[in-house]
Amino acid sequence: MLSEEERRDIEREAPNYATRKALCIDALRIVQGHRGYVSDQALQEVADYLGLPLSHVEGVATFYNLIFRHPVGARVILVCDSVSCWIMGCERLLDRLRAHLETDVGGTSPDGRYTLLTAPCLGACDFAPVLMIGETLHRDVTAETLPDLLGKGG
Amino acid sequence: MATLYVDGQAFSVDPTQNLLHECLSLGLDLPYFCWHPALGSVGACRQCAVKLFRDEGDHQGVIVMACMTPADDGTRISLVDEQARDFRARVIEWMMAHHPHDCPVCDEGGECHLQDMTVMTGHVHRRYRFPKRTFDNQHLGPFVNHEMNRCIQCYRCVRFYNDYAGGTDFGVFGSRDHVYFGRAADGVLENEFSGNLVEVCPTGVFTDKTLKAHYTRKWDLQSAPSVCPHCGLGCHTTVAEHDGVLRRVQNRFSADINGYFLCDRGRYGYAFVNAPERLRRTSLRNAAGRLNLAPADALLQELCTRLGGNMPLIGIASPRASLEANFALRTLVKPENFFLGWSAVEDACARTMLAVARGIAPLASLAEVESSDAILVLGEDITQTAPRMALAARQAVRHAAFAKAKALGIPVWQDLAVRQAAAGLKSPLFIASVDATRLDDAATECWRGAPDDMARLGFAIGRRLSREEAGGETFPSAMEGFSQRVARALAGAARPLVVTGSSLGCPALLDAAAHLVGALRTLGLPAKLALGMPERNTMGLALMGGESLHTLEQATQKLPACALIVLENDLSRRIGEAAADRVFAQAGLTVLIDHKRHAGVERADYVLPAATFAEESGTTVNHEGRAQRFFQVFSPPDDIQASWRWLRDIGRGLGREPCDRWTALDDVLHTLEETLPVFHGLAQAAPEATYRRHGLKLARKPHRASGRTAVHAHLDIHEHQPPTDCDSPLTFSMEGHQGSPPGPAIPVFWAPGWNSVQALSHFQREVGGTLCGEGPGLLLIAPAQQVPEFFQEIPPAFVPRDDALYFVPAWHIFGSEEQSAGSPAVRERIPAPYVALRPEDAARAGLAAGDTAALEVGAVRLRLPWIAHPELPQGVGSLPVGLPAMPWLMLPAWGAVAKASR
Ligand code: SF4
Ligand code: SF4
Ligand code: FES
Ligand code: FES
Repeated sequence: MLSEEERRDIEREAPNYATRKALCIDALRIVQGHRGYVSDQALQEVADYLGLPLSHVEGVATFYNLIFRHPVGARVILVCDSVSCWIMGCERLLDRLRAHLETDVGGTSPDGRYTLLTAPCLGACDFAPVLMIGETLHRDVTAETLPDLLGKGG
Repeated sequence: MATLYVDGQAFSVDPTQNLLHECLSLGLDLPYFCWHPALGSVGACRQCAVKLFRDEGDHQGVIVMACMTPADDGTRISLVDEQARDFRARVIEWMMAHHPHDCPVCDEGGECHLQDMTVMTGHVHRRYRFPKRTFDNQHLGPFVNHEMNRCIQCYRCVRFYNDYAGGTDFGVFGSRDHVYFGRAADGVLENEFSGNLVEVCPTGVFTDKTLKAHYTRKWDLQSAPSVCPHCGLGCHTTVAEHDGVLRRVQNRFSADINGYFLCDRGRYGYAFVNAPERLRRTSLRNAAGRLNLAPADALLQELCTRLGGNMPLIGIASPRASLEANFALRTLVKPENFFLGWSAVEDACARTMLAVARGIAPLASLAEVESSDAILVLGEDITQTAPRMALAARQAVRHAAFAKAKALGIPVWQDLAVRQAAAGLKSPLFIASVDATRLDDAATECWRGAPDDMARLGFAIGRRLSREEAGGETFPSAMEGFSQRVARALAGAARPLVVTGSSLGCPALLDAAAHLVGALRTLGLPAKLALGMPERNTMGLALMGGESLHTLEQATQKLPACALIVLENDLSRRIGEAAADRVFAQAGLTVLIDHKRHAGVERADYVLPAATFAEESGTTVNHEGRAQRFFQVFSPPDDIQASWRWLRDIGRGLGREPCDRWTALDDVLHTLEETLPVFHGLAQAAPEATYRRHGLKLARKPHRASGRTAVHAHLDIHEHQPPTDCDSPLTFSMEGHQGSPPGPAIPVFWAPGWNSVQALSHFQREVGGTLCGEGPGLLLIAPAQQVPEFFQEIPPAFVPRDDALYFVPAWHIFGSEEQSAGSPAVRERIPAPYVALRPEDAARAGLAAGDTAALEVGAVRLRLPWIAHPELPQGVGSLPVGLPAMPWLMLPAWGAVAKASR
């Protein structure tokens, strides 16, 4: 069952939508906010709570890259690998991150603190290369500033 | 009509349609994937690109999707335009990027729309050199095979399964080049129409799993037009055989009946024909009481000798046998000794259905169900008893959305736009039933009650419509409220419909439905009645007429001096094993003609193996009184022959006229027409055996059937003569007419360049419309011209009892029908026996979850697991009928329930 808080948060969004079906994305986002990711069980709970078929909720969850259906680290790093950031050297950042976090893109560092992902354009091309750690966007990142960002924990 | 210019040539087209629809109707080759005549357009695949020009002077043009562009008057397009052609070739190249190119091991190969379209666009060279994405496939149950790598993301499957059929356990997952169509997890596809995915999917993702088990390419299949034998709707099917094995059933389009879709019982119920345990040999019981094989000639001779000149014959007919077989029996035994092989309850329902159809309620075809704009379902759980009708009713609720779309200027074929504009708006569909049904999600409102209360509900609505006093009857306020809403909806509709049927064994329900239709017609509305019937020839047998088994049971003193002939009937399913045994035991001599092995085989003195629907040609009458011809697809092996031929042989042996003169099916049909005027014109229900096209019979095998000269090479170096067929205009050969015969006689849909089922549009007057030369059978029941006094008898209200529950039959799409239950794939879906109870009633009987219930219904004692059905009315329980593992029960009936001791 969804927790009291989860249900409260979902209901807070409910008036913004015409149907329960339309509420699905927010419900998933909220549950992920509380639990870090959306497990099979969480998916079923969302489906039951909104009265939607499981296949529909799974369709929504898998459509959005940022709804995580597997456990992720405490923070998710999104490295932009689209054109501007690629020109400005995102590959080097990725290499650094791979080495530092001891994991590849799509993986989680052994200490469980970070999950490394790429994203196609974070909408800040004029400050390329950019990445996000958790909810924070970092611009003009260089190999030198990177350890600092991670050290600060985002 | 509008004028459309295609590459400079003017055509007259329908402006309410889209360009793709019109191009295909004109017979032009334009490739497409996501558009489907029954599902409409969504513009998802981008395959149907054409060049659209502003006017005569425009030589530049723009590329548009034909399926998304209306065929407005004066539209100028080009299909052959270089850019449009190139666009189409690039689209398919891109779709094929991840496709595994595994046609040789793909079940779709040779009848694949993707193959056809790839060839049509001219994409012949693969440039993509990178790894392909691959998917895991899912186990989707016994009906549908899944091979996701072949998907081209046209979205047809999910649009059919979810949007059209109301399925909820199927979806589309992921994004980009990782789009996956399937279930959230492995498991049986729950929707009753899942098998249509096989035909809807234009690639080899979804294929027929039962065909896979005995796979044959389309070009090696011998096909014939048939009629589904698994319920009273008579959906049109194409059945296919190879090497003596029935391989598959496909939808055969019919504008009036099933359109493009079948139910899963109809598609997968066929394999009983191949069952190893079925009857194949003539046999007779020896003095020691053992059944021994005996050559047919000798057996018939012995039988006729024993029957002598004047041993009276008694015949028991069957609603699952053809008209010809039943009539042959009637002729042989004489009408006064001809008994309809069904119980008193079945008889009462069948008689009432026929009476109401002849009297006041014109019967609706499936197409008319779909075009109704307000429906009341009264009692019948159509998803279980007449499945295809449930799919039609589900579409009927869309009329309100169509009207709204029209007002907004959206054409109906704009599927997504229409659904979006509808925003949940539905035409009225009211369901009154004993228990929850699988159609409830489509309904405006549901109402539950005992059968008699539903009949009362029907009368309450009728009374409201005719503004009559209820003649002293008062109805509870909940019923009044519901009946008011239903009455308002039906009276406000342009094409109202009432749906009911015989499955609850309650003639009062049929009366009430007829009363309602009568009331609506008195208001001047073209109201119709749609009836669910359990068996393929229920209506045919009712039309033939006769007494029921009940009358025979009353007259058993006659039996010892008589010979009893049982035609395609398992009497234990009609009157119970004990009563059936008594009938067999008392008769002086017994003959059973059937294909199914059942208790009767152990009782009969002579057993004659009958042909199934696939091995004989014949006629049945469906729920709307439509006589339909089904054609034999292959010559059965061993001693098997059509039942009417066995009866003819006995008649011949006894020198009985006129059966001794019958040699072909048409002879029987002609005698039938002469003898019973209700069947007048029957022979014309489909082309007769003498029909020729360009002087040729119609070929059941395609031109490309391989190995014709080699199949018997290990036995004989000479090519075998194909068996002759004197019963139909078809031949068991590739030699014959291969074009497009009249609708009822099309053996298979296939056209040059169009190898898949989509070739169908080449056989239709216009895409989605009637088949060329279609006369889909013959309607035998003419509606009454004037509305006579209608049925008025209101049954008393149902009163729950303290000491007993009222048990009603619960029907199951998989299991309740006798023949399909013999197919292994269907068998996997048959529920285990159970008793369904309302939780309060269970608690009163001392039953907790997981307990076994002890039941006493009539003389039968049973122990069954119970399941909670909270929607059942108080005092009513339900028991599954017809399941192979359930004993026969006379239902509905009062019965006692208690907790079983360990
Ligand atoms: S599975 Fe078949 S029907 Fe569904 S999207 Fe893929 S190709 Fe189309
Ligand atoms: S609805 Fe009836 S006739 Fe039609 S396919 Fe199903 S079982 Fe056969
Ligand atoms: S390309 Fe990196 S932010 Fe746009
Ligand atoms: S058929 Fe027109 S876009 Fe798919």
